[in-house]
Amino acid sequence: MNHLSYPILSLLIFLPILGSLLILIMRRSWELLTKFIALVTSIATFLLSLPLFTEFDKTTHKMQFVERHSWIPNWNIHYFLGVDGISILLVLLSTLTAILCVLISWESITKKVKEFYISILLTTSFMIGVFCSLDFFLFYLFWEAMLIPMFLIIGVWGGPNRVYAAIKFFLYTLVGSVLMLVGIIVLYLYGGKTFNILDLMTRTYPYTMQLWLFWAFFAAFAVKVPMWPVHTWLPDAHTEAPTAGSVILAAILIKMGAYGFLRFSLPLFPEAAKAMTPVMLTLSVIAIIYGAVICLAQTDLKRLIAYSSVSHMGFVTLGIFALNTQGIEGGILQMINHGIVTGALFLSVGIVYDRTHSRLIVDYGGLATVMPIYASFFMVFTLASIGLPATNGFIGEFLILLGGFMKSKLVGVLACTGIIIGAGYMLWLYQRIFFMEVNPKVYGLPDMNVRETITLIPLIILVLWIGVYPNTFLSFMHPSVAHLLERVSSAGMQEAVAAKAVLEVIR
Amino acid sequence: MNFQLPDLTPIVPELLMTALALFVMLIDLVVKKKEAVAVISMAGVALVALTLLGPRGETFGTMFISDGYSTFFKIIFFVNVILSILISIKYIAIERVNYGEYYSLILFSTIGMMIMASAGDLIVLYLGLELMALSTYILAGFIRHDIKSNEAALKYFLLGAFSSGFLLYGISIVYGLTGTTDLKGIAAFIVERGLYDNVSLLLSILFLMVAFGFKIAAAPFHMWAPDVYEGAPTSITAFMSVGPKAAGFAVIGRVFLVAFAAARVDWVTILIPLAILTMAVGNIIALAQTNIKRMLAYSSIAHAGYALLGVIVANNEGLASMMNYLMIYAFMNIGAFAVIIMLRSEGFKGDSIYDYEGLSKTHPMAAALMLIFMFSLTGIPPTAGFIGKLYIFMAAVNAGYTWLVVVAVIFSAISAYFYLRIVMYMYMRDPKVTVSLSTSFSSGVALAVTTAAVLIIGVFPTALVEFARMAVKGF
Repeated sequence: MNHLSYPILSLLIFLPILGSLLILIMRRSWELLTKFIALVTSIATFLLSLPLFTEFDKTTHKMQFVERHSWIPNWNIHYFLGVDGISILLVLLSTLTAILCVLISWESITKKVKEFYISILLTTSFMIGVFCSLDFFLFYLFWEAMLIPMFLIIGVWGGPNRVYAAIKFFLYTLVGSVLMLVGIIVLYLYGGKTFNILDLMTRTYPYTMQLWLFWAFFAAFAVKVPMWPVHTWLPDAHTEAPTAGSVILAAILIKMGAYGFLRFSLPLFPEAAKAMTPVMLTLSVIAIIYGAVICLAQTDLKRLIAYSSVSHMGFVTLGIFALNTQGIEGGILQMINHGIVTGALFLSVGIVYDRTHSRLIVDYGGLATVMPIYASFFMVFTLASIGLPATNGFIGEFLILLGGFMKSKLVGVLACTGIIIGAGYMLWLYQRIFFMEVNPKVYGLPDMNVRETITLIPLIILVLWIGVYPNTFLSFMHPSVAHLLERVSSAGMQEAVAAKAVLEVIR
Repeated sequence: MNFQLPDLTPIVPELLMTALALFVMLIDLVVKKKEAVAVISMAGVALVALTLLGPRGETFGTMFISDGYSTFFKIIFFVNVILSILISIKYIAIERVNYGEYYSLILFSTIGMMIMASAGDLIVLYLGLELMALSTYILAGFIRHDIKSNEAALKYFLLGAFSSGFLLYGISIVYGLTGTTDLKGIAAFIVERGLYDNVSLLLSILFLMVAFGFKIAAAPFHMWAPDVYEGAPTSITAFMSVGPKAAGFAVIGRVFLVAFAAARVDWVTILIPLAILTMAVGNIIALAQTNIKRMLAYSSIAHAGYALLGVIVANNEGLASMMNYLMIYAFMNIGAFAVIIMLRSEGFKGDSIYDYEGLSKTHPMAAALMLIFMFSLTGIPPTAGFIGKLYIFMAAVNAGYTWLVVVAVIFSAISAYFYLRIVMYMYMRDPKVTVSLSTSFSSGVALAVTTAAVLIIGVFPTALVEFARMAVKGF
């Protein structure tokens, strides 16, 4: 099943761990070497992940690059890895994010440098693990293990209120995860003592059981996404985390929730998922509008972007639970888009934060005069976040709204208001920071240096690439999404066929 | 009259251990360097451990049983005693109680536990329990110039004697009812006469539950634990938090699943609320502790609650998961105590959680190890604590106690807060007091062993799980 001659996914997971072990034996005073090891490791991981992109067979929904070894035979646990159209892009996004995180932290992290890069690399490895695992035990292991470095990243290198944010983050996600653990155990026993996700997906479960399990898994995924009303950890965690931490949170970690819905909730409990669609759509719409409105009232840059994540992730869950091709493909694409754009916005905020050490919007103003290159980069990301045509945000949101309208007109209309408010708060933010009078506090700030520019360039490229030619990325998903919808319902499949026709027309 | 010596081969480990304890007691009179006594004790225990491979079977009628079940527990006791001695050597010198009796008492206590695990008769069980308890009472008060240690010993002794009273009540009622103290005989009698709902049987189950509940520090019989854990020498706290608890679980498993197997419904009904209460009390009160030994006392109460789930399941899988849990708990808890004990140095108590502030800055290695143990106690993968909990939860869900598992996972999420707080103090605060670690080679060995065990079992649990399963086969 893996047509490459080497176990690519294992390499992706273990290379960062290897790098972190190497850093562990470094002396504390060798800071530069530590940073270089982290950078080289993350770049190597990224380069290593490129064959996934080029060698991926886009004609099948089957798992690819599969590796399977017996691990804990007495519980029938396997070391089972593989990617399909749903997870592959997230793996690539994770490996790319790792590089950016190392680059952006180069100068801003000055204490406990060694521990910081160890944490970043471990987080990377666990993130990749989450997206590749096809065994529930392995999945849960990565899912939970990732909390440890993330907890440290927020709590040790974060802002003034970091400890509170870190503990809140940890406890929220832990409560959700342990409920999922119970769900996993129930599945394991019911499904004939196997943790094999693919095997479990072929079974049907009684409806009541599906409902219970759906909510057990919901607890874990909704917290991670985060859906309203369990989103409150996110603004704190995003705001207090160091730039790299915010980027990981925004780009990858919160995608794990949406990924969970797609990978587990829909195919494992299709009837429950269909029955719960109205609830999920309502929650998504509330998140979209609530997140957007709250953004208007924010005075803190990072907090504003954090709340915009709540709103944008509302779009993602909306797309997923529209349960049609456009919705789901849009949802997956929007996950990537949001990762790129919000990641970029956090990186950008980090760049000025390193200079001014303030996150308050009132401390800025007229930056366009002081830092023109920075201003233009920020402009692109702002527009992408709003969803201007020719940026990636447009494609994702458009597909989602299309799916939403097909599901229910009311949902579509309400979700559209989110975009309108979104344009409002982002443009207003841009105006307050970059235009108006030059704030004395930002006089003479140096513009972006080479390192910072290099960090942002890949993201700009992706914003435009997806915006102009999304098919490169959408083509990965078609078979997998079609297969998923087939599983969810035969009725859904007809819808999917019809939807595909519509999609062709649009193209 | 023809006196025939019973078959002594199954009891060889206990006999050798007794000989070792007596030898250590005597050699203490001539050896001036007490470290040598410690080394002799450990080497002796290691040698005795080899005899566990010897023949199994029943002896002294059916009073003494050596089987896979008892062997597994004896390994826990040996791990416990060796690790405890390793972390004691430097510590008792700092506390200025460097006496050789310490080691022989620890060994005697371990013999008591071994006898408990092998007891096939309530009288033998009582014998082992008292030997274990009396030795531990003395050890708890070993720092005789410290009033807190005295208080701990006295409290432990008074409440322990009280619980022994309950045990004897329970035993005498059972004896009055069935005419035997032999566990299998009791079981046979209950089945034969159909005594499932007999009131006096229920009463005796209740009494035994109180007595064993005291030993494993299950709520509401946990009141002694925080004070005793806090006052006792830290090395003994580590020893107590694992050994007597495991021994208590060994007899609970044996007595309830063998003798009272027929009355399963009754004792499970009592154990379920007991387990929930234990998890609740342990995890919730631990949130408010500022003394780390007290905090770990409540944490050990909570862990007894999780392990009780394995007993509630009441089948071989449940027992195996409980045993697996106790083995893992031995490593992670003693590991945590090994770090705690290093903070104690001449003139510095180091048992407040505030002493851990900024530890990662001053002693990154110790902080990193403590972090591993704290996450393992919380049950976060890839540490052994997760495997232990997962196994118990799987057994419980399989037996149909899904709701109980939900309760347990919620309490374990609550527990994350107080374990994390230690991590938070170590990594996210600046040091206020200068802490100097009293490191030694032996405690380094203990830390290396426990850390390795916690991580290796966390990723490759196969061997341990298989061993636990084998051990309960034919139980």
